[in-house]
Amino acid sequence: MLRYLLEKEFKQFVRNKFLPKLVLFYPLLMMVLMPWAANLEVKNLRISIVDKEHSAASNALINKISGSSYFSNTLYAQSYLDAMSHIESQKSDIILELPLDFEKNLVNRVDQEIFIAANAVDGVRGSMAGTYLTSIVKEFSQEYMDTGLKAPGIEIISLSKYNPAMDYKLFMVPALIVLLLTIVVGFLPALNIVAEKESGTIEQINVTPVGKYTFIGAKLILYWAVGFVVLTTTLLLSKYFYGIEPLSGYARFYLLSYLFMVVVSGLGLVISNYSATMQQAMFVMFFFALIMILMSGLFTPVASMPVWSQTITAANPLKYFTDVMRMLFIKGSNLGQLVKEITILAGFAIFFNFWAVLSYHKSS
Amino acid sequence: MFGIIGPDGAGKTTLFRILTSLLIPDSGEATVLGLDVVKEFKKIRERIGYMPGKFSLYGDLTVDENLSFFASIFKANIKENYHLIEDIFKDIAPFGKRKARDLSGGMKQKLALSCALIHKPDILFLDEPTTGVDPVSRREFWQMLERLKKQGITIVVSTSYMDEALLCSRIALFKEGSILSYNTPKEMVSSFENTLLAVSGENMPELLKMLRKISIVKSAYSFGAQHHITVEREENKGESDKVENRENVGNGNNIEKTNREIKLQAVIANVTQQLQQMGASSFTIKEIEPTIEDCYLELSSVK
Repeated sequence: MLRYLLEKEFKQFVRNKFLPKLVLFYPLLMMVLMPWAANLEVKNLRISIVDKEHSAASNALINKISGSSYFSNTLYAQSYLDAMSHIESQKSDIILELPLDFEKNLVNRVDQEIFIAANAVDGVRGSMAGTYLTSIVKEFSQEYMDTGLKAPGIEIISLSKYNPAMDYKLFMVPALIVLLLTIVVGFLPALNIVAEKESGTIEQINVTPVGKYTFIGAKLILYWAVGFVVLTTTLLLSKYFYGIEPLSGYARFYLLSYLFMVVVSGLGLVISNYSATMQQAMFVMFFFALIMILMSGLFTPVASMPVWSQTITAANPLKYFTDVMRMLFIKGSNLGQLVKEITILAGFAIFFNFWAVLSYHKSS
Repeated sequence: MFGIIGPDGAGKTTLFRILTSLLIPDSGEATVLGLDVVKEFKKIRERIGYMPGKFSLYGDLTVDENLSFFASIFKANIKENYHLIEDIFKDIAPFGKRKARDLSGGMKQKLALSCALIHKPDILFLDEPTTGVDPVSRREFWQMLERLKKQGITIVVSTSYMDEALLCSRIALFKEGSILSYNTPKEMVSSFENTLLAVSGENMPELLKMLRKISIVKSAYSFGAQHHITVEREENKGESDKVENRENVGNGNNIEKTNREIKLQAVIANVTQQLQQMGASSFTIKEIEPTIEDCYLELSSVK
């Protein structure tokens, strides 16, 4: 029985004009474009400098700034107002104003204040520019002092554990896999079931001896297989494009991915049970997908969210799987270290699938 | 062949969905083949064929694939049961490799019927099979059903076309979820209790309004180019027993017939007079034989 249903599902899938292409090109698009586009690293900062003094010291500082890798473009302004116009016309991200007595104070070792104004419309850019600029200025004053008198200083050497190059792509690739699986394995089979509801074919099947579970099971098996194709494509792409592989090895990666597929396909089934049309299902999925993705820590870290929203993310299966994926890829964790996440995901799997079974009975 | 006749919204499809175990009734119980539709739905599903009003096979599978898919999920052998569908399927067999959604309306219907029959069901449920089908295909379809009937398959069919009702062995008139009456089409017509008159003339809308004002006219409705009115046969009722008695005697037959004729003339004269009083001029009134549709309209106006 299941064999015939699988045969039918497979034929329908292959004949669909859109789905096989989606399954092949969607991972490609996600893996080739997204790690570059969905990048929170701040680059190409531009600075406007108002130098009131034009001394040797101020020139040295300006050279140090424009020579640093943080700032790609240095503009010179006559006055603060002039510099502001740079920011307003979006030519610059930050203003540095050097006072008249800059060199004199520096030589005399008198404390002085340097004015920095950052554009905070894009908060991340503004604060990063501020941090970079402060560190350059500090380094400069340190060096300036060193030339005169040797004073003991503290130098901090930082090491980024697990991701030594602080490569943002290494951070994004595992998260993108979460997104892909949610859409392909969670939403496609649900839409498929709703499509059969809409065309009335599900009724035709319901008057046959085909059991409910066999019918849905055939669909899930197909999409779990499709999930395997998607996972493998993604892995190959990330390996050959970025040299990124799960540090923990492939077995754990596939195993936990399948656990997650059971969770999202269960969620999809619940949605399909409550929707009568494709349009309804699409909107409900869109609604949940958006919230779950934004609150999963995929783009913005959960730890920096307010407490109330962190509480909400506790009910988001995507959050746990994003964590799991990052730990598998970046840290190379073993199953023992992921017990908490695995337990919670298994809980979600049972919860959603149980709910799907219950809600199905209600609607029939 | 059992026909369920009723207008749109009467609840025919709902009834079919309950009988085919797709819908759980809020109250009451029903049995199909002696099996309870709620408790023994699994057994029912193995033994019935259902063809919903809307085409609901897989449009992206071919004709052959649809047929073999439905055969295989019933664990039926196409070759064994091919004689059942041969008549129907031979027309679409040349298009075996075509996708079901690319078939014409009539062919889709034949394919749907083939798929509903391939497992040799004991009962075949057809929900409005001829709605939206051209007259030629409709006739063809009913001829196919006639042949299936001869093969010993019970057919339950719903329709809102009254002319199709005559082709069923028994019919039930259905309205707002309840059966008004059920009988063979012939007896249904002969059990029509009132005198039916057809009125036609100039200014039909005005005429209808006038007819409705006449007290002895039980109901008046437009029926094609004419108006049909029913007039109570109350005064005849008491004599109907005598009629039979006299018929047995044999000779009284003629007397009774003229008796009835006189009554009819009196009624027509009565109506004519009243219409003339209301100002109607040129019209004709004559008695006609009731059709299923008249039965339906009469029954539904009573309840």
